[in-house]
Amino acid sequence: MTEPLLQVAGLSKRFGGVVAADAIALDIPAGECHAIIGPNGAGKTTLIGLLAGEPAPERGSIRFDGRDITALPVHSRSQLGLARSFQITSLFTDFTALDNVALAVQAHAGHSFRFWRDARGEAALRLPAREALDRVGLAARADTRVDRLSHGEQRQLEIAMALATQPRLLLLDEPMAGLGSDESARIVAMLRQLKGSLTMVLVEHDMETVFALADRITVLVYGRVIASGEPAAVRADAAVREAYLGEQDARQDLHHG
Amino acid sequence: MKAALKLFRVSLPASWLAPRTALPVAVLIILGLVPIYTAVTGDAFMLTLFGRIVILSIAALSLNLIMGYGGMASFGHAAYLGIGGYAVGILWKEGIASGFVQWPVAIAVSALFALAVGALSLRTRGVYFIMITLAFAQMVYYVAQGLDRYGGDDGLTIGSRSRFAGIVDIGNATQLYYFCFALLLASLFLISRLVNSRFGLVIQGTRSNERRMRAIGFSTFRYKLVCFVIAGALCGLSGALLANHTNFISPSMMFWTRSGDLMVMVILGGLGTLFGPVLGAVTYLLLEEALSRVTEYPGLFLGPTLLLVAIFLHGGIQSLFGAPRRD
Repeated sequence: MTEPLLQVAGLSKRFGGVVAADAIALDIPAGECHAIIGPNGAGKTTLIGLLAGEPAPERGSIRFDGRDITALPVHSRSQLGLARSFQITSLFTDFTALDNVALAVQAHAGHSFRFWRDARGEAALRLPAREALDRVGLAARADTRVDRLSHGEQRQLEIAMALATQPRLLLLDEPMAGLGSDESARIVAMLRQLKGSLTMVLVEHDMETVFALADRITVLVYGRVIASGEPAAVRADAAVREAYLGEQDARQDLHHG
Repeated sequence: MKAALKLFRVSLPASWLAPRTALPVAVLIILGLVPIYTAVTGDAFMLTLFGRIVILSIAALSLNLIMGYGGMASFGHAAYLGIGGYAVGILWKEGIASGFVQWPVAIAVSALFALAVGALSLRTRGVYFIMITLAFAQMVYYVAQGLDRYGGDDGLTIGSRSRFAGIVDIGNATQLYYFCFALLLASLFLISRLVNSRFGLVIQGTRSNERRMRAIGFSTFRYKLVCFVIAGALCGLSGALLANHTNFISPSMMFWTRSGDLMVMVILGGLGTLFGPVLGAVTYLLLEEALSRVTEYPGLFLGPTLLLVAIFLHGGIQSLFGAPRRD
């Protein structure tokens, strides 16, 4: 059996007295779409952050592609193929959409101690950037400044930037946050396309989306993994119902999905 | 041949007549005509005044590189003016008058100092960054005060300008002026290339959102440090010019208020715009000069003027002539 692409063991992090991650263990094989769900404050974003390299964990280890990356800084992890999209949109707002994505391409096209040539004229940066924009359906908005894009378009750009780094593991922190149903549907369709070719860790609130996309689901409560497995098993898990949604809501939500 | 053509293509703006380009072009033409005005009228003071403006424009350009494009608000930039100036003065005093030695030393020492300051300060941000850069500059200021051999607090009069064996005689005021002017043009050209290069985009991306830059794979610290060193080196050159211009060095060249002046020039002209710092330097120094003629307290009027610019003109003077553009 091949080694999982991502192996997490005993990962712990506290903020003051709050336990945000409590001995989290996770194995994610290559190609899997793995959803992280849990109530507000369960530590989902913290987990994504720990995987991406910010903040640093207090205990535990993270292995990526057979290599211990626990002590690696954010930018080095990105170079290895870990990409993160942010829950709260985090873009270069005074650049155009294309400039944003081209920077992500540039980050993975050798060093940037090049002082002379016009980077906006480099086909090697612009073409892959346009492709990434095209993949998320933003090609027509390439030359629009980010602060003039709609919220939905900015969410799409978030994902385009992560994709442009040609990741092997994509960490998506609520990619649909704050979107209307049409825009959400577009992103779900896009993620479905990426499935299989890319390993994904997906934090998402919307159960419909989670059950539609995920190969496996991990449920976090107060920083602890209370269940992990295939959707059907998680759906049936009594502890999940009790701890996560409450018996009533759980029946409704999970069966709805 | 193709490369040469390419070089020219990019240096020509799309439209010479757009207000955004017309103003810089007009200002540069006026700066270029000052020695002719002096030759015709015999008004040598104008040449001195504008020489100072040209030289401090270069210093302001270098500060804009880190502060405007890079978002690193260094409050100790005058230190490099002083280091560049003292390199010229000290070498002259020790019998080395060749500009081919003095100027590279001025640039190299400034770059090394920037490397040290940057390595320590760039890990901090906001107020802490401002305080550390200020502290380093004040340190150099006090060191210069203690250099009794080189005039201590009183400063040192430099007996002869840097010698450039037969190539250019900057002992001649007109030649010195055009030499500085040529360096200003060269600096503008270099910066226009730099900020649009891969390196320049990394610097501007880091100003905009450093966290995201790291998340997409950039080790931002290295790029910021190199940018800091480039700015320090360019300002060191400006300091070497200033020492030659005034034939004098003193610790007051790098007093913290001088750093403040440079910051004001950059903000006044337009942060993160190519030509803004030159507009800022021209406006600030002319205003200072004009006010000092009509009142004993120019600061009393200069202060409120700057306040008005800060309140009503967010993009600086450059923004009056077309939309502010960061390129």
